[in-house]
Amino acid sequence: MVAAVAQAHRRDWAQVFAATAQLTRDLDLAEECAQDAYEQALHTWPVRGIPDRPGAWLTTTARNRARDLLRRESAFRRAMPLLVPDETGPGPEAGLDDDRLRLIFTCCHPALARDAQIAVTLRLVCGLTTAEVARAFLVREPTMAARITRAKKKISAARIPYRVPSPDQLGDRVSVVLEVIHLIFTTGHTAPDGPELVRRDLVDSAIGLARLLHLLMPTDAEVTALLALLLLTDARAGTRQDPGGRLLLLSEQDRTRWDRPMISEGIRLLTEALRREGPTRYAVEAAIAATHAEAPAWPDTDWAEIAALYGVLRRLWPSPVVDLNHAVAIGLRDGPAAGLEALEPILADPALATYGYLSAARADFLRQLGRWPEAAEAYTEALALSGNAAEQAFLSGRLDEVRRQLP
Amino acid sequence: MAKYTLLIYGDEAQWEGKTPEEDTIHHGAHATFAAAAGAKIGGGEQLAPAATATTLRSDGAGGVTTTDGPFLETKEALGGFYLIDASDLDEAIKLASMLPEVRESHSGVEIRPVVENG
Repeated sequence: MVAAVAQAHRRDWAQVFAATAQLTRDLDLAEECAQDAYEQALHTWPVRGIPDRPGAWLTTTARNRARDLLRRESAFRRAMPLLVPDETGPGPEAGLDDDRLRLIFTCCHPALARDAQIAVTLRLVCGLTTAEVARAFLVREPTMAARITRAKKKISAARIPYRVPSPDQLGDRVSVVLEVIHLIFTTGHTAPDGPELVRRDLVDSAIGLARLLHLLMPTDAEVTALLALLLLTDARAGTRQDPGGRLLLLSEQDRTRWDRPMISEGIRLLTEALRREGPTRYAVEAAIAATHAEAPAWPDTDWAEIAALYGVLRRLWPSPVVDLNHAVAIGLRDGPAAGLEALEPILADPALATYGYLSAARADFLRQLGRWPEAAEAYTEALALSGNAAEQAFLSGRLDEVRRQLP
Repeated sequence: MAKYTLLIYGDEAQWEGKTPEEDTIHHGAHATFAAAAGAKIGGGEQLAPAATATTLRSDGAGGVTTTDGPFLETKEALGGFYLIDASDLDEAIKLASMLPEVRESHSGVEIRPVVENG
């Protein structure tokens, strides 16, 4: 029974909370009522059985509770600013009239700082507890609680509307939402710090958000492409570490254990996204992941394709990290000497000065060329720059291997 | 409806260094904003340079000290403001985006909700 409620929490929280917030126009009150509804489910469902539509039951219960509280409070209802309802300005495009979408766009409004967008999205849309959000970003719980409170206050005081943006703004606003989801995913996929490589709750939240957005905006090519990218990347999650926790490279991973249904779904979505809009940032990143997924073994990887895709990505989404990956792909296509040469122009890039993957990539090419002292130096540098225990273990292993070759 | 102030900040030296043509274009842009916002504008003024400001502060002993200059000595100074009515932040952002200062490299517009009592 607890499991049934937990499942309904994962699946329906966004709907229950968003529909309640639409009624209360007060995020704190909506949170309280939605939590009450789940609490009540824990008591009621064991006695009366699980309702046919748990999400609808929870939504009705939360909204009834909200109506009670609002009626009781109405006499001295505070002069507190309320959420701006969805009744002004041009309406959303047909089919986008959904409370969950309103909530997502409110939480990812550009007037909120990125940290705040991520915190309230995880708290209010995904239903993570404040403690869970704090743990995910390695800040203390009171710090995260203050960040969430501040964001909620700004939403009501500055009157950030509870609304799906009008068609002329929709594209820009969707991009912000996708950046937030992507950032939640990447933070979870390779935790920047701490003992675990993957933070499952963040990865699952990001994929859940992308699925929800795709469900609600099925014709948006960027949304489709992002979902494809997340699925194609996460399909490898189970094989990125050995049983001892050591980080495994793509070349070392057991490809028979990659999640094939997830890969097929990702490729189907990617094909659809490309058909609708052609190459965009997330579509090209998904295509790179798909190229890896389709190679039966590491030596079969189509490096020419991957190098070409990174070339396209450099135009669509210029970034030093993309330059780095492009150089690495060239090295894998044309050999370590070519790779080292391709890395040359970005070695001095200040944006990459503390980016461990650059040192690690350089170290790997130097190792393959048998340039042991330089390789040892580069591995040492990469090791100093990594905060992830699994990565550090991998780099130490390589460093030992290289040091044994030193005179 | 809610009230917002649009606080216009920028580098005074660059504002003062405008050519007469640039100045005409600048004022034209403000006129376009005023026409578009219409009755939603509750007021607004251009401020004299920060060097003309006088600041009063507590002297810590129950009295008041008077100093020559703005409250904060910064390179970018408050140069003017509007008070507008908007249904929500999105509308306020839409209106404020028409101000020429949001497109100049040295200036910007801060949107601050007004606390409405009563």
